[in-house]
Amino acid sequence: MAFGLSAMRTLAAAFAIGTAAPALAQAPAAPSGGPANTLDAVKARGTLACGVNTGLAGFAQPDSQGVWRGFDVEYCRALAAAIFGDANKVKLVSTTAQVRFTALQSGEVDVLSRNTTWTLSRDTSLGLDFPAINFFDGQGFMVKTSLGVKAAKELDGATICVAPGTTTEQNLADWSRSAAVKFTPVVIERLEEIVAAFVAGRCDAYTTDISGLAATRAAQTKPTDYLILPDVISKEPLALGVRQGDARFADIVRWTHYLLLAAEEFGITQANVDSMMTDPRPEVQRIVGKTGGLGPMLGLADNWGVTVLKAVGNYGEVFKRHLEPIGIQRGPNAQWNKGGLQYAPPFR
Amino acid sequence: MPESVTDPRQLRLPPKRPIRLSWSDERVRGIVWQVVVVGIVGSLFWWLWSNTAHNLAVRRIATGFEFLRREAGLPIAEHLVDYNPTDTYFRALLVGFLNTLKVAVVGIVLATILGTLIGIARLSRNWLLAKLAAVYVEVIRDLPLLLQLLFWYALLQGLPGPRQAMNPAEGVFLSNRGLKLPWFEWTDAHSFALLAFVLGAIATWLYARQATAKRLLDGRKRPAWPFALLAMLAAPIGIWAVMGAPFTPDIPKLRGFNFQGGLNISPEYFALLIGLVTYTAGFVAEIVRAGIQAVPHGQWEAAQALGLHRGQVLRQIVLPQALRVIIPPMTSQYLNITKNSSLAVAIGYQDIVSIANTTLNQTGQAIEGIAIIMLVYLTISLSISLFMNWYNGRIALVER
Repeated sequence: MAFGLSAMRTLAAAFAIGTAAPALAQAPAAPSGGPANTLDAVKARGTLACGVNTGLAGFAQPDSQGVWRGFDVEYCRALAAAIFGDANKVKLVSTTAQVRFTALQSGEVDVLSRNTTWTLSRDTSLGLDFPAINFFDGQGFMVKTSLGVKAAKELDGATICVAPGTTTEQNLADWSRSAAVKFTPVVIERLEEIVAAFVAGRCDAYTTDISGLAATRAAQTKPTDYLILPDVISKEPLALGVRQGDARFADIVRWTHYLLLAAEEFGITQANVDSMMTDPRPEVQRIVGKTGGLGPMLGLADNWGVTVLKAVGNYGEVFKRHLEPIGIQRGPNAQWNKGGLQYAPPFR
Repeated sequence: MPESVTDPRQLRLPPKRPIRLSWSDERVRGIVWQVVVVGIVGSLFWWLWSNTAHNLAVRRIATGFEFLRREAGLPIAEHLVDYNPTDTYFRALLVGFLNTLKVAVVGIVLATILGTLIGIARLSRNWLLAKLAAVYVEVIRDLPLLLQLLFWYALLQGLPGPRQAMNPAEGVFLSNRGLKLPWFEWTDAHSFALLAFVLGAIATWLYARQATAKRLLDGRKRPAWPFALLAMLAAPIGIWAVMGAPFTPDIPKLRGFNFQGGLNISPEYFALLIGLVTYTAGFVAEIVRAGIQAVPHGQWEAAQALGLHRGQVLRQIVLPQALRVIIPPMTSQYLNITKNSSLAVAIGYQDIVSIANTTLNQTGQAIEGIAIIMLVYLTISLSISLFMNWYNGRIALVER
């Protein structure tokens, strides 16, 4: 009991980095997944290890049957469908904000699909790459309606709950400095416990990405008791994360995201993907793998697009299924031709 | 005179033999084996080290302790030294180290007091008291500490909010934001008075020691209390008065969301402290009980035959002897308190583990972060061990 659980995992991961035989970095079917051959390692293992949140409504949360569901989980399933042709060949690993990067670095997971903000320092010094932004977000505050606060500026002197090891924590400190708002932090690692502390009234406000606030608010017994303040204090591009130095695997992750986007743009859905095989538009034909041979260029099957879309549907469908029920609008996540930021490069 | 009595056989050394380069020579064999073992251990460490360095390089993970000088940017609620998020990681980690010390030191003192009381209560002739103490020990020892910490934290969160805070006395507020106590503005005069008190306490202790030594010679009682009163009370108050007797009360007031001013004990710190103290006191109680029962019953009877009453027997005769049995296992409990304080991460108290975890998460340098945590615990634990071993040596039975 000398260390906290997460520190234990970090220690184990650090040890794994120390003892992984150097030869594994070159061996093709390395079980621990050296950086240069994640795809082969995943194929040899037979499942994709995908790091998700510890339980955030809409993004990754077990349902009443214990099956994990959510926006982030769909990305894990889409990747498994792309690699194996079977969306169920995925092992979901729940990771806290503090252990997620170590879990990825040490090979415990192959990809992070877990509300992770892409920043310069994470991209460089953590040994990670962020192939695709699948959710554009920003940081906000949630308070109890009974508090009577209407704007973040009014939070001077407040106690604010925040998860450690997040960009949220640093943004909060930055914002407090520039807005000259003093606050006392309460820093708890596990999401459930920090939400519990906020609900119990330990903090006046809870801060995280607005999508996370919406998810937390929707999960409360009386959501109207809580108010998300209109202020957005940061840019939070939530991206999929992989280990640095494996361009091939990063390509698969990146283009699986673009596949979901392009499918929405061209009107390919989970239901009509089979009938789209006869669609005359050339780009649609390339997406469904009838022409172009794009799948093999990624090291995947020709029909990977069909498999993925049959398993999870297009971006709009995934969004509608998981995020709209908890009150998150498309906003910046709309397609580029609908006033949003989501833009897929050409499938050519 | 123990020095003069020496067994002459101990002085006789075995005859010297020249070293032969042969496997049958015991010394040659010894040297060979030592070289082999040191070589194996050394190369194992070298392999671990170079392998780690190689893997970190392959994974393009930054290494080294350069990050300690970068701006931390993480907010910390409780700090004993000045801190704000623009300070460096080094300072943030220092704050975490001091927070760990704060809970460990206070926890050790309180657990010792509570544990000793419960241990003595378990031996009480009062049936109810003895049984209550026994139930306490059995219940507390058998529940996982993490569970107890979460229990205390949830209990403290169940307190009313700051606007409905309990107000048992003037300026004292108990709410889910913690315990607020009235305090006063600390000035130099207070620091000097505190210094005078500490010096006075040391002087009193020296005086009492000398008084006892003199009493052993002439049998005359020399009460220490007048001296103590003068050195520990009159002198500090005098210094404080001479420096202008500054006193500005700092009463907590509800302003905005929270109480401003006064002394604050946060629910996180309080939950951690109370959890550690009650848990460890259960073990300390058993150690104290075992120590007291290890003193032969004849000592009680002999002391009572001299006319000492029960309290005197316990304080003057039994406890000093029991200490010899108590101290070594007590050291382990003190080390446990220190290490268990790392469970703070579960309830949001920002100790060294919490801050180092955040640091390693932000910088990605897990190995350096874990090394810092290990260094901190090793330092604290070795210090406790050294002190307790010194104390143990002091009270150990002096054989004559």
